[in-house]
Amino acid sequence: MAPSTNSLDRTHYLNATKGFRSWFMTIDHKRLGLMYLWSVVGCFILGGFFAMKIRWTLTPGVTDFMAQSVEQMNAYNNAFTVHGAVMIFLVIIPSIPAALGNFVLPIMLGVKDVAFPKLNRLSYHLWLIGALLFVATLFIGNLDTGWTFYPPYSTGHTDPSVITAVLGAFVLGFSSIFTGLNFIVTIHKMRPPGMTWFKMPLFLWAIYATAIIQVLATPVIGISLLLLLVEKTMNIGIFTPALGGDPVFFQHLFWFYSHPAVYVMILPGMGVMSELFATFARKPIFGYKSIAMSSIAIAILSFIVWGHHMFVSGQSETMSVIFSALTFSVAVPSAIKVFNWIATLYKGSIAFTTPMLYGLSIIWLFGIGGLTGMFHATLGTSVHLHDTYFVVAHFHFVMVGSALFGFIGGIFYWWPKMYGRMAEGALSKWGCLLSFVGFNMTFLPLFPAGSQGMPRRYAGYTEAAGFDSYNMSATIGSMVLALGLCIALYSLLRSFKHGEKAPANPWGGVTLEWQCESPPPEHNFDIDPPTVDNPYDMTLVEWRGQEEGFLPKNPRSDDKCIADIQQA
Amino acid sequence: MNLLNLLALPQSGAETFWFPSQASTGASRVDDLFYFIFYVSLFAFIAIVVATIIFSLKYSRSRVGMEPEDSPHHSTKIEIVWSVIPALFMVAMFWYGFKDFVDSKNPPVDAYQIEAVSQKWSWTFNYPNGAITTGGNPAIDEGEGLVIPVNKPVVVRLESTDVLHSFFVPAFRAKMDAVPGRYTYVWFEANEIGEFPLYCAEYCGSKHSRMLATVKVVSQEDFDTWAADAIDDSDLSPEERGKKLFAVKGCIACHSTAGVAGIGPALDGLYGKQETLVDGTKVAVDDNYIRESLLDPQAKVVEGYANVPMTSFAGQLDDDEISAIIAYLKSLN
Repeated sequence: MAPSTNSLDRTHYLNATKGFRSWFMTIDHKRLGLMYLWSVVGCFILGGFFAMKIRWTLTPGVTDFMAQSVEQMNAYNNAFTVHGAVMIFLVIIPSIPAALGNFVLPIMLGVKDVAFPKLNRLSYHLWLIGALLFVATLFIGNLDTGWTFYPPYSTGHTDPSVITAVLGAFVLGFSSIFTGLNFIVTIHKMRPPGMTWFKMPLFLWAIYATAIIQVLATPVIGISLLLLLVEKTMNIGIFTPALGGDPVFFQHLFWFYSHPAVYVMILPGMGVMSELFATFARKPIFGYKSIAMSSIAIAILSFIVWGHHMFVSGQSETMSVIFSALTFSVAVPSAIKVFNWIATLYKGSIAFTTPMLYGLSIIWLFGIGGLTGMFHATLGTSVHLHDTYFVVAHFHFVMVGSALFGFIGGIFYWWPKMYGRMAEGALSKWGCLLSFVGFNMTFLPLFPAGSQGMPRRYAGYTEAAGFDSYNMSATIGSMVLALGLCIALYSLLRSFKHGEKAPANPWGGVTLEWQCESPPPEHNFDIDPPTVDNPYDMTLVEWRGQEEGFLPKNPRSDDKCIADIQQA
Repeated sequence: MNLLNLLALPQSGAETFWFPSQASTGASRVDDLFYFIFYVSLFAFIAIVVATIIFSLKYSRSRVGMEPEDSPHHSTKIEIVWSVIPALFMVAMFWYGFKDFVDSKNPPVDAYQIEAVSQKWSWTFNYPNGAITTGGNPAIDEGEGLVIPVNKPVVVRLESTDVLHSFFVPAFRAKMDAVPGRYTYVWFEANEIGEFPLYCAEYCGSKHSRMLATVKVVSQEDFDTWAADAIDDSDLSPEERGKKLFAVKGCIACHSTAGVAGIGPALDGLYGKQETLVDGTKVAVDDNYIRESLLDPQAKVVEGYANVPMTSFAGQLDDDEISAIIAYLKSLN
């Protein structure tokens, strides 16, 4: 039975205990989730600052190519490195799994916490240490290797700030591994009665697939980064030819992790999409099994495509051909998901809430991001487009347009559960719309810029090169995008004071997190959650107006209680 | 940027919305494949966006009410169709991409071979007859650039003396990394006379954005004349020869001759002066010090320049060349 009162004065996880220690040393997955969330938002603002610095430097007329000093070039190289490293290691990778996953996963399973709550706390503390090492890097030197840390440049040709950055990424890796491990065990061992694998919400399938990648791939980047440190600090030749090493070897090791990591970024976003489309079309998701299986397929296939980052690196041509063929195999499950989401809309009852607007945006953005991936998988075109802005535009459409929009959509979706307040209204919708328009203005022109030959990671271009109009559009677009994101954040913060109180189930979802109060009590459920059947059978709940939200159609009888089943 | 050109197919190799002019025989193959993927993608993209918009309008909650009528939750038939059809298109993309790639990796046996040496942040091109050129982008230096004959296959053997670089000529649709410690190859056959930008496409440090050069495609007769002239060093004085080496060997990328401290110290007015080293000792800049700095740069590092080690030129310069460089540095006083 859903709660009868909406009062936020009752005791819940946010106000049960108070003080710094009660948060910092908490083992409550919900508090850890929120701390990840706000840490990630903080890092996003930091990474965003550097993004604007990049755009500003490249704005035609701002910096004179001929007059640009080495210091200015170094500052630009630092900006794109910090932007990339922060956004990838500190924002996109932890965004959905660590922040939303931590908050939602145990409640979706109807349990009190993850399998290893103290390990979960350790994950967050490690994350903080890693993040602090990254921030320290900003003060130690001018980190300018790109987020890829390619040797011999990173080991023999730049300053020691690489050491702290690499250590930071190493520590963050452990945070990621522990979180993945925790989620895998929790999903395997703690699913409630009735929730067989194929009755699991698709968000959990996505998080599960992500966790597999985190646990299997992250150790490899840990080892590679340690080897890099050994070379840099002790001059032991592993990657630098002058010391007897092989630089292409590092690229293999790096992408063996970093390509699967791309799916650590996008799979959880796809999981959010599935929840959004089912709930807001008020219809069971179309092709549940193929969406679930495609997540697992993507997780497995993601491990055997890394060589497509290295078509011009000097790796053997035979390898390039094999990697090209394998890369296409990942495209098929991704396409299947998109078709399934759209089919879910068919004959649904579609509500254009803020989270759903993000979801619908992703059809457009991931459509472009995914389809432009095929130009890179195809060898003939990939060689020309490699390391140009075509790639930059492609991966921003996937990582920002899809993963980050999925993250923001997920925040708006679960915000009422997190804080018991609705952040829904014209303001939040304007935030989404402006972000969408700004994003397209920024990154669409960069596709032709790239195919025209505009190389990446350049601190400036001569006017004769002819890239000014692309850069101008991108700079204007980035300002619109920044404005949209600020409005989105403001609409969330504004809800603390002005947001309406949220009912337990404001959207009509039937996964278990909508059955506990908003915000949930410390232990999530006052009474045992009901037996789980189809997680997308929307006919189980009906709309009872703004105050009460959605409530179960047939209040359950006690004999269906989990406790009874467990005794039986 | 005329947006209508977005959809236009290329005509006779000219510049389009998507590509610079097709200045090599391989360029049209890359572009044709690009347009094939582009139109397939465009069709798929329009289909999913239009379907999303139509469903959103037709099945909005304000139209259909809170409870939608029941509809199928899956359909094996449809799901197989929309998995297999994209997969078939992808097989075609892979196949044509594979064929083009194989061609782009196998130069004709009679191809003309040039060696390109990359260093931070310049290119040096060595020709079979001993001619040497550099850079060539008017915004960067006075070098002649990579001069090649039109309608003749050219193989460029790439090497790097320091970090990763990448040889990228958009007009030829050609790209290949230069990797220290091994040779890599890229080939093309230019079919248009003119000048085309050559970029370094792999990040290589502070002045990566200044590692610009130009490919100059000339007629076979012009090329033969140029190549014969280019090796004639006999009329050069030691100072002039040193100046040429200073550019060709890439010294100029780090060492200013106009008094501006860059990655390395400025070298004008330096000869005969005292320099303070990182360990605090002083050293006079004389012939022997310059020789040692070229062959073993880490032996005596000047204060303030410990972070960015200079590449050794041992094995790259003979005694005559070292003497020429010393003569040139003397002449800068």
